[in-house]
Amino acid sequence: MGKAKTSKAGLVLRLYVAGSAPNSLSAIANAKAICAEHFSSGHELEIVDLLEYPLRALADGVVVTPTLLRLSPLPVRKVIGNLSDAKQVLLALAGK
Amino acid sequence: MKIQSPYPSVTKIPTGIRGFDEVTDGGLPRSRTTLVMGGPGCGKTVFALQTLVNGAIRDKEASLFVAFEEDAHQIIANAATFGWDLPALVKKKLFFLDAHLSPEVVKAGEFDLVGMLAVLQAKADQLQAKRIVFDGIDVLLTLLDDPVAERRELYRIRDWLAQTGLTGIITQKVGGSEADQRYGFLQFMVDCVVILQHQVVDGSAFRSLRVKKFRGSGFAGDEFPITLTKEGLQLTNRGPTELQYDVTDERISSGLPRLDNMLRGGYHRGSNVLISGAPGTAKSTLCGLFAAAACQRGERTLYVSFDEGAAQIVRNLRSVGIRLAPHQKSGMLKIYSTRTRGPNVEDQFGALRALVSAHRPRCLVIDPLSALSAKVAHLASADAAQQFLDYLKKEGITVINTSLMDGLNTDEATATGISTIADTWIHVSYIVQDGERNRALTIVKSRGTGHSNQVRELTLSGEGVSITDVFIAQGKVLMGVARWEWEQGEQAAKKRTQVATDLKRLQLQLAQAEAVARLQVVQTEIEARSAEIAVLALATGSASKLLVTDRAVLRKMRHADEEVRVGKPASAKSAAAKNGVTGVH
Repeated sequence: MGKAKTSKAGLVLRLYVAGSAPNSLSAIANAKAICAEHFSSGHELEIVDLLEYPLRALADGVVVTPTLLRLSPLPVRKVIGNLSDAKQVLLALAGK
Repeated sequence: MKIQSPYPSVTKIPTGIRGFDEVTDGGLPRSRTTLVMGGPGCGKTVFALQTLVNGAIRDKEASLFVAFEEDAHQIIANAATFGWDLPALVKKKLFFLDAHLSPEVVKAGEFDLVGMLAVLQAKADQLQAKRIVFDGIDVLLTLLDDPVAERRELYRIRDWLAQTGLTGIITQKVGGSEADQRYGFLQFMVDCVVILQHQVVDGSAFRSLRVKKFRGSGFAGDEFPITLTKEGLQLTNRGPTELQYDVTDERISSGLPRLDNMLRGGYHRGSNVLISGAPGTAKSTLCGLFAAAACQRGERTLYVSFDEGAAQIVRNLRSVGIRLAPHQKSGMLKIYSTRTRGPNVEDQFGALRALVSAHRPRCLVIDPLSALSAKVAHLASADAAQQFLDYLKKEGITVINTSLMDGLNTDEATATGISTIADTWIHVSYIVQDGERNRALTIVKSRGTGHSNQVRELTLSGEGVSITDVFIAQGKVLMGVARWEWEQGEQAAKKRTQVATDLKRLQLQLAQAEAVARLQVVQTEIEARSAEIAVLALATGSASKLLVTDRAVLRKMRHADEEVRVGKPASAKSAAAKNGVTGVH
């Protein structure tokens, strides 16, 4: 998985997935869709395959997959699941 | 055709939890999954963590600990009460994965544990881990909130464990029966199920452990009481079913020579002595005597009291001439005084066990043991005293324990089974008589030693403790002052009899002397008479002889011719003599 396009906008996201597990695949799709729809103005979405970088996930305190981290703006927010519940995702990402 | 099992038979890894490895005949199934379930505060986390710690320390096996419920720091902090030194282990042998999801985490759709298992795999490879714990799996399952997803993830964990060869422990909190049903399949899924319980019986907390299932292995399925000690969790299981311990003929002094005599040589080394009696019957004093004698012999001694503080014990025993302070100072004697704090008997015995292994005594006093047994909260706890005493016996420690009871037939003695486990049972009772109270000591039983069946009086004074005979008079046992009076009376009577006898003897001796004297007189008289007789005989004999001789002499002098008699000439002389004699008259 590559890096998402960078932008100057404050929203920095990191999505941990586990290879091509069904939940992971839908999470990637959902994340991209939500970002495109709601944060088209500017955001950063990094997708990390936990199977490749397990210790990185450990450092981020990620245990279940998929997990979406909002690294910026602070505080760090954590959303778990395949992000099918867009309403919950938006609440988490938008909240302060 | 032979059907061969595709799987090798179950091998086990020891948990190092005292009692558990015996109950399961070796520990947990290797490379399989064990489910540990129970309500809050049962010791699930302790059980799991202790298995890992023991694995790391004893078998040098590294482990992973996945904490779903509490965060890892919290667990490490909580475990500080046990002497495990987790921080040191964490550096090398123990990896904590903080899988605790904070309440701020938002759930948006389905998730799985693929990622977590990948992380664990990486860590397991890195550490060469052999054991893993998933602590509080119920928290994760609640978060999944979907029965299908729950099962899927649990199977994922199980399959992963099977694939990696790690020995797994999953702990799960169970509440009511609803939760049981919900996670019931977990029990079917795993190879071994251990159930921990924490219940309150008659106001007393009671922890227990039960192995519910163990695929491919036999196990003891009973509910075993458990205790939490400094070393961690331990089972107070029934110990070896076979009573097996070395016995010896060695005798050791009770500290009271007369009592040793009553036992025909003292207590057996390694035996269990029960001293029962009402309050104030000098049970503690007998304990003190034993302890002092043991220390004198140079044997390490532990004195456990649930009654008094150490200083008080030492002072009180000094008042009857028993000196413990020097032995305390030399370290030979350790006095441990405590109240029967928590109501959990197992905890108490756990603490005592720890004391015993720390002080390593050859002689032990528990005063009173009934303080512990009175608080039996559960049937299984009734065994606790017995198990502890069995343990002491196995260690060859001679134990004196006291039991507070007024009679011999109180329920207490039978409830705890102490009376059956005791090898020697000494009962001290009060006998109230003539306005005073005295102590009567009897030996109820003594295995393997002859013993006196006599009731003896136990007396205490500043000079010490002694045992004296008691008297039976007019069908009553006499003790104390009554005994003293009786003794005085006895002595006076004895004296009177003595004097009377002496007098009689003197009288008889006098009579005898008189008789002897009389005999002397008679004898002398006899002698005198004999002499007279002799004199008489001599006088008459010589007179007749003189006559004959004289006649012959006269004849000769007159030159007379010999008388000639007709007859044999030989008889002439005697005839002449005859005639001569006749001639005198």
